[in-house]
Parts: sequence; structure tokens; C-alpha cells
Amino acid sequence: MSVEIQQPPTEEHPKEKLLRMDRIPHIWCPTCGLGTTITAMATALEQLELDLNDVAVVSGIGCTGRVAGYMKLDSFHTTHGRSVPFALGLHIARPDMKTIVFSGDGDLISIGGNHFIHTARRNVDMTVICVNNFIYAMTGGQVAPTTPITARSSTSPYGNYEHPFNLPLLAASSGAVYVARWTALHIRRLTTAIKEAIAKPGFSFVEVIAPCSTLYARLNKLGSGLDLMKFYHDNSVIKHGADLREVDIDFQTKIVVGKFVDIEKPTYIECLNEGNKRVFGDKYKPYGVDHGDS
Amino acid sequence: MRFWRIPLDIDQIKIPRGELHIIKERCKGCAFCVEYCPKGVLKLSDEFNAKGYHPPEVIKPNECVNCDLCEMLCPDFAIYCLRVEECQEEVPVESKK
Repeated sequence: MSVEIQQPPTEEHPKEKLLRMDRIPHIWCPTCGLGTTITAMATALEQLELDLNDVAVVSGIGCTGRVAGYMKLDSFHTTHGRSVPFALGLHIARPDMKTIVFSGDGDLISIGGNHFIHTARRNVDMTVICVNNFIYAMTGGQVAPTTPITARSSTSPYGNYEHPFNLPLLAASSGAVYVARWTALHIRRLTTAIKEAIAKPGFSFVEVIAPCSTLYARLNKLGSGLDLMKFYHDNSVIKHGADLREVDIDFQTKIVVGKFVDIEKPTYIECLNEGNKRVFGDKYKPYGVDHGDS
Repeated sequence: MRFWRIPLDIDQIKIPRGELHIIKERCKGCAFCVEYCPKGVLKLSDEFNAKGYHPPEVIKPNECVNCDLCEMLCPDFAIYCLRVEECQEEVPVESKK
């Protein structure tokens, strides 16, 4: 008598073609907002109908830094804070590719803060998705440059007393041409924002407010990640084109979300070509333009 | 289905129907899908998966309208919705009077 071994039914999630399934399930905590943000980005890439061989994702260190390892694209996991300069080099070498930086607030704004503002100043054509969970989550919940005043963390047990960064204002004043902020709950608007940011030539910045249940919510006694999602549901105010000086996030107050900046500006490679054309005239062959001889 | 008022073009519009697929072993029991399903189709079950979480279960399979919100909100890629093309039974329409 032969025993027939029944194989479990192979169920395929529609996003699986954009994920490295050998690494799934991911290591993020239950109720983390990062998986939702990945779904938003995967949906945006699907809707843009881009050739996935021409998309690169660069991440730094941290919880969000693991995104590069889970996405089935050309992905790079770089050193702490250096995701933006790595992406800058990638973009200069392959200007035809779409370069997306997907990293966290501690990585992009704290240790990578100078890289971030100078890449925004040069208006390099890349998309930066910054997942802001208000804390350094992977290293144990230390104060991040985005931790709101009076919020507790493992290095501020009596409440944080440092002023946090206002990320949309920082990006816009440094020269970003597209700035938006959504929470992980505004999933369709976030997908649209990521789609617009990827399609936009120039430095585009999307801030995603994501719940961190294990550290931020636990240390501040805010309940679970689901409670944080309910908080976003009740306390998000959509204000497109809001005055960026007034979109600070204080501890457990209203969160202003929306598309804040969408302007046109020549990108870094356009400025490079224009500047060199001015000096060298017709002898200069523009960079990053298909001449048909390669 | 209950409407606040019966839409004028109700006879031309077909309410889409979806079929939910839950990959139970991947679920971490965050309950985002249960909380934000606009039709209340899901509920956390009493059973455990291999990781010790309670995956959701479908309690009203005929109510799903294939809005994809559970699929988009799920952080663990553990639930997805497929559109059912043919709708066998007609959903009774009544207005809130």
C-alpha cells in the first residue's frame, strides 16, 4: 500500500513577484508599519508599469534598512546613513535607472543628515522614502532626531527634551521638488504619493509615519500598533500644500499629512549638461542622454 | 445590502464580489484586516498557527466587495483578495427607511 503524500496547496500572494520569498516571513514585529509601506511601494511600481530591471532600491541600517533585502529588485543594503550617497553614485553611473532610497528616520536624517540635505540641494533625480517611527527601533529604542518632546525612549526615561526635526520642512528647504507625508494607514494615498514621487524628475521625498509597537508604543504606554493605527485614523489632518513651518509633530497631537510641495526644477544631470555645454560648446557630449552609439 | 437611499442606476451597477485567501502560517495576528474591513467580513479566530498567533477567519464570505484594503494593510503579505467574476445569488437590496 502506497502512502500518497499530499502537498500543501501553493498559495501565491499577488505581491510575491516583487518580494524575495525565500526571506519571507520577515523579521519585523507584529503590527509594524513597514510591511504595509512595502505593499504600497510594490503597488506603485506595478501601476507605473516600469521595467523592474531598471529600478534599484537602496537601504541603510535599521528596521527599515532590511527593506532592500526583501524586495526582488536591484537592492543594496549599505552602511549606516550612507544610503543616499550610495544611491547618488548609482544614479550618476546609471542615470536611466530609477533609484529609490527606502530607509528610516535614524538612518536618513540622523547619521545621514548631511548627505540628505546636500543631495536635496543638488536636486539629484531620486526618490527618498523615509519611514518615521520616532525612535531607533532596531538598536533598542534610543532617542532619534524625530522623537517628539516629552516622548520616552530607552535613553530618555524621563521624557525627551530635544526639539525634533520637521522632516517635510527640512526636505523642502533643502531643495526637494516633491514632498509628501502620509501615515501607514493612508495606504491608497501613500501609494499615489510614491507613484508620483517615482515619476517626478528630481529629488522627491515621502515621509511615512509608521507604528512601532515593540519600542515606541511600549515605552510610551500607547498600547499596541493597532492602537497607534487608530490614533492615526482619529488624529490625521489632511492639508495639501500646508505651511511647512506648522507641520511639526508633537507627542500624541494632530498629525498634518498631505502633499506639501510639487514644483519643477532642473535636475542635477540637466544642470551638469547645461554648465558643461556653456563652457565647451558643441565639443561636449551631454551625459545621461542616449546618443544611439552605445 | 443596505443603502441610505437606493441609487438611481442600481439596476446597471453590479456589486463586485471578492474571495479572501488567508495564508495562516504567515500571519502575525496584528488584526489590521479585522479592524479596517469596511464590511466586517473578518474576525480573529480561536485557533493558533505555528507561530502561536491567531490568524483571522472569514465570517461573512458573501459580503466581501473586493476592496483590497485587507491585502494592502496586511504587513505580513498573509491575506489577499481575488475577484469573483460570476455572482450567483442576487444580493437583496433594501433602503433605510
